[in-house]
Amino acid sequence: MAKKTFKWSNLYLLLVFALLYAPIMYLIFYSFNDGGTMTSFTGFTWDNYTAVFEDSRLMGIVLDTLLVALLSSLLAAIIGTLGAIGVYLVKQRKTRNTLLSMNNILLVSPDVIIGASFLILFTFIGFRLGFTSVLLSHVAFSIPIVVLMVLPKLQEMNPTMIKAAHDLGANNWQVLTKIVLPAITPGILAGYFMAFTYSLDDFAVTFFVTGNGFSTLAVEIYSRARQGVSLEINALSTLMFLFALILVVGYYFIQQYSINKKHKQQHGRKGKEAVTLL
Amino acid sequence: MKRLVTLAAVILAACGVLYYSSNKLDQAQGMTGYNTLNLYNWGDYIDPDLITKFEEETGYVVSYETFDSNEAMYTKVNQGGTAYDLVVPSEYMIERMIDEEMLIELDHSKIEGLEHLDPDLLDMAFDPENRYSIPYFWGTLGIVYNTKFVEEGSIEHWDDLWDPRFKDDVMLIDGAREIMGLALNSLGYSVNSKDDAELAEAAEKLDSLTTNVKAVVADEIKMYMIQEESSVAVTFSGEVADMMWENENLRYVIPPEGSNLWFDNFVIPKTAQNVEAAYAFINFMLEPENAAQNAEYVGYSTPSASAVELMPAEIIEDEQFYPSDETMEHLEVYENLGQEYIGIYNDYFLKFKMHRN
Amino acid sequence: MKQTKAFYFAPYSIWLLLFVVAPLVLILYQSFFDIQGNFTFANYATYFQSGTYLTMTFNSIFYAFLITLFTLLISYPTAYLLVKTKHKQLWLLLIILPTWINLLLKAYAFIGIFSMNGTVNDFLVFTGIGRQQILFTDVSFLLVASYIEIPFMILPIYNALEEMNPSYIKASSDLGANNWETFRRVIFPLSLNGVKSGVQAVFIPSLSLFMLTRLIGGNRVITLGTAIEQHFLVTENWGMGSTIGVVLIVAMFLMMLVTGEKKKKGAFRK
Repeated sequence: MAKKTFKWSNLYLLLVFALLYAPIMYLIFYSFNDGGTMTSFTGFTWDNYTAVFEDSRLMGIVLDTLLVALLSSLLAAIIGTLGAIGVYLVKQRKTRNTLLSMNNILLVSPDVIIGASFLILFTFIGFRLGFTSVLLSHVAFSIPIVVLMVLPKLQEMNPTMIKAAHDLGANNWQVLTKIVLPAITPGILAGYFMAFTYSLDDFAVTFFVTGNGFSTLAVEIYSRARQGVSLEINALSTLMFLFALILVVGYYFIQQYSINKKHKQQHGRKGKEAVTLL
Repeated sequence: MKRLVTLAAVILAACGVLYYSSNKLDQAQGMTGYNTLNLYNWGDYIDPDLITKFEEETGYVVSYETFDSNEAMYTKVNQGGTAYDLVVPSEYMIERMIDEEMLIELDHSKIEGLEHLDPDLLDMAFDPENRYSIPYFWGTLGIVYNTKFVEEGSIEHWDDLWDPRFKDDVMLIDGAREIMGLALNSLGYSVNSKDDAELAEAAEKLDSLTTNVKAVVADEIKMYMIQEESSVAVTFSGEVADMMWENENLRYVIPPEGSNLWFDNFVIPKTAQNVEAAYAFINFMLEPENAAQNAEYVGYSTPSASAVELMPAEIIEDEQFYPSDETMEHLEVYENLGQEYIGIYNDYFLKFKMHRN
Repeated sequence: MKQTKAFYFAPYSIWLLLFVVAPLVLILYQSFFDIQGNFTFANYATYFQSGTYLTMTFNSIFYAFLITLFTLLISYPTAYLLVKTKHKQLWLLLIILPTWINLLLKAYAFIGIFSMNGTVNDFLVFTGIGRQQILFTDVSFLLVASYIEIPFMILPIYNALEEMNPSYIKASSDLGANNWETFRRVIFPLSLNGVKSGVQAVFIPSLSLFMLTRLIGGNRVITLGTAIEQHFLVTENWGMGSTIGVVLIVAMFLMMLVTGEKKKKGAFRK
C-alpha cells in the first residue's frame, strides 16, 4: 500500500516538474534552430551560441546583471534579517502588524508604481541614474521578501532558548550569533535566494531607474524583442540556465558529501543540520 | 553563523570578479567617458555594423541604450539624472519636447548632408524648418493581410476591418492614437480630432469592431502574421517590411481615406554632454550609403532621397513603403493633443479593450 | 534590550522611510491631483463612479482569485510531497530555477506552444480534435499566470511544512488518527501560515499583472496593472494611476487583515 502511494506521488511531482520545465525546454530546443524564429525548426546550428560570445555588449550586460543581483540580494538579506529580528522583538501585536503591512507594501505594489515612485524619489534627491540607482532599488524591493522568509523561522524558534541563554550569562551578540542566526539560517538563505530571483526577474523597476548606458539583461531583452526575440537570447538563457543548474546540483552534492562525512565521524547528529542546505 | 559569513564572503568575492571583468570589458571597448556618445534609441532600430563603422571612422565610442515608448523616453530625459547626447523620439513627442524647451536648437552649419533628404519630409508642422530635429526614419500605419486567406485587393479601406468574415481574425496594434485614429479616419475625421462628438462617434464605432478583434498586441504582431495566426492586422509599415521578407503572402495597404504618417527624428536634449559627438553621428547617418544600409537592415522608410537611389529597385518602387504622392496627401502627422485629450483618447481605447460581446 | 532593538531597526527603518513611506506618501499625494496639477478628489470620484474602472477591478479580483486558487491547488500537494522526498532541498531549488529565465522569454515560449501552428495544436490535430484557438483566451492567460506564480506559492508552504515537528505527526498517529485525520487536524493547520504567505505572495501581484495580459491575453484581459501602466507610461496622468495604486494598497491592507496574525494563536503553535 505504502509503495503504491509513493509511486503516485512521484508521478505527480514528475508532472509538476514537466509543466515547470516545458517552456524552458522549448527555449533550449530552439536555441539550436538555424531558422531564426521560435516556431519552425529548420536545422541544427551552433551559430546562436557563437553570436553570444561575439556580442561583447551582451556579455557586459550579463556581468552587470549578475553583479546587481548578487550584491543587491546580499544587502537585502542583511538588512531584511535584521529587520525581521526587529519585528520579532516587537511585543505589541498592533505595532507588529502595522510594520508587517508596511513591509509588504513593496511586495504587492505593481512594479510600475514602484519604478515610478523610485524615479520620483531619485529625481527629488538629485540622484544620478545608473548602476547605483538600480542597485538601491533592487535592494529596496528585495528586503520585504527576506523579512517574510525569515520571520516564520523566528516565530518557530523556541523563545525559552533565548531566555535560557541570557540567564546563563550570554550577551546580546552571543545570543544573536549562537542561537538566533543558526536557527533562522534556512530562512535567510531562502530569503537571499528569493531576493536573487526577484532581482534577476525584474524588468519594470529597472527600466524606470536605469540610465546613462547601464542596462540589465531583462531590460535589454525587452528592448530587443521589438524585432522578435532573437535566438541569440535563447542561447544565452540556455547557457545561464545550465550554469545555474550545474551550480545548484554541484553545490548540493558537495554539501551532501561533507555532511555524510561528518555523519560517519559523529553518529546521531542529524536532523536540522542535514537539511540546512538551502 | 560561520556558514553565513563564508557564504557572504564568497558572494562578495564573486561580485568583485564580476565588477572587475565588467570594467575590463568596458575598457576593451574603449569607453572612458570623454569620447563617448550616449545614444538613446528605440530597440533594434539601427544596423549594429554601422555603429562599429562610426566608431572606427570617428574614434567616438557609442554607448547604446534603448527605450520602448516615447513616454518612457520622455520620463528619462526629463528626469535630469541622465545625459543622453542623441535621442530618437517620434514627431508628437518632439513637438512636446520643443514646447517644454528640452531640446537644443540645432546649428545647421554643423550638419552636412541635409541636401540628401527628401524635401517633402522636411519642414513639417511639428518642427518648422527642422530647427530641432533631423529625420531618421518615417513610415505609415496601414492594414496588412495574408492572401492565403483573403483575396488580394479585397481589403482597401479601414471599413473592411468591420467585415463579418473576419470574425475573431483581426489583430490590432496596442496604441490609443493609432486605433482611435483609424476609427476617426474611417468616419472621415482627422486623426487629430479634438471634437468630443466625433470622438464619441469613433469610440462607438470601435466597440462594434470587438467581435472581429482577436487580440490587441504590440511588436508580436510581426511574429503572428509571419506564422499566419491571423489573416488581418493593423500595424506600422516598417514592421510589415520585415514580415514580408519572411512570408511572401502578406500585402500592405494604406487606406486612401487617410492614415497616419509618422517620423522618428534625431534630437539633442539640453542635458547632452557630448554635443559634438551627436553632430558627428547625425552627419554620419546622413551619408547616403549609411542611410541606405540602415534602411535595408531596419526595414523602415528612409527620408534620404539619395539613399533611396542606392537601394534595390524592388524596395523603393514598392508603393507599400514609398507611397505615391497622391496617397501621401491624405496622410496626417500626429499632433501633440495635450494631456487632456491624450487622456480622453486613452480612456476610450481602454474601454474598447474591455468591451466584450 | 532597547539598544539591540535600535541596532536591528536602524538599517531597516531607513529602508522603510526612504523606499516605503516616502513613495507611499508620494503616491497618496499624487492621487489628489489632476493632470493640470490642481488639488482634487475627482480621481477617486472617477474611479468609483466609472463603470470601466469598477468592471476592471471586479475582473482583476476575479482573475487573481482564480490564479491564486489554481496555484494553491497545484502547489500544496507539490510542497507536501516535496518535503517527503529524499533530496528535498535539491528538488526545491529546481522548482525555483525556472524563475531565473526571463519572463518575456517564457511568454514567447508559451506563445510558440499555444499558437495556431504550435505544439499543442499540432498535437490536437494529431489526435483528431482539430485546431483550436488557445492563445488570447482566458484559459491560456490563467494557465500562464499560474505557471509564473507557482514557485512563489510552493516556497512558503514548503518552508512551513518542513519546519513542522515530525513528532506531532507521530503523536497523532500514535493516538490513533489515520492519515487523513492527521493531515486535516495536524499538518494542514500547522502549514496554514505558509499558505497565508503564499496567498499573499500570489494574490495581490496577480491583481496587477500587466505584461502577460498583452502577450498571452492579447489585451482581452485587462487588469488594474494594465490601467496603472497606461496612466504612468502613456497618458502621464499620474494622479489617476496613483489613485488606482492607492486602491490596490488598501486592498493589500484588507488582505493582510484577513490573512494576518489572529488574536487567538492556533492550538498547535509552540
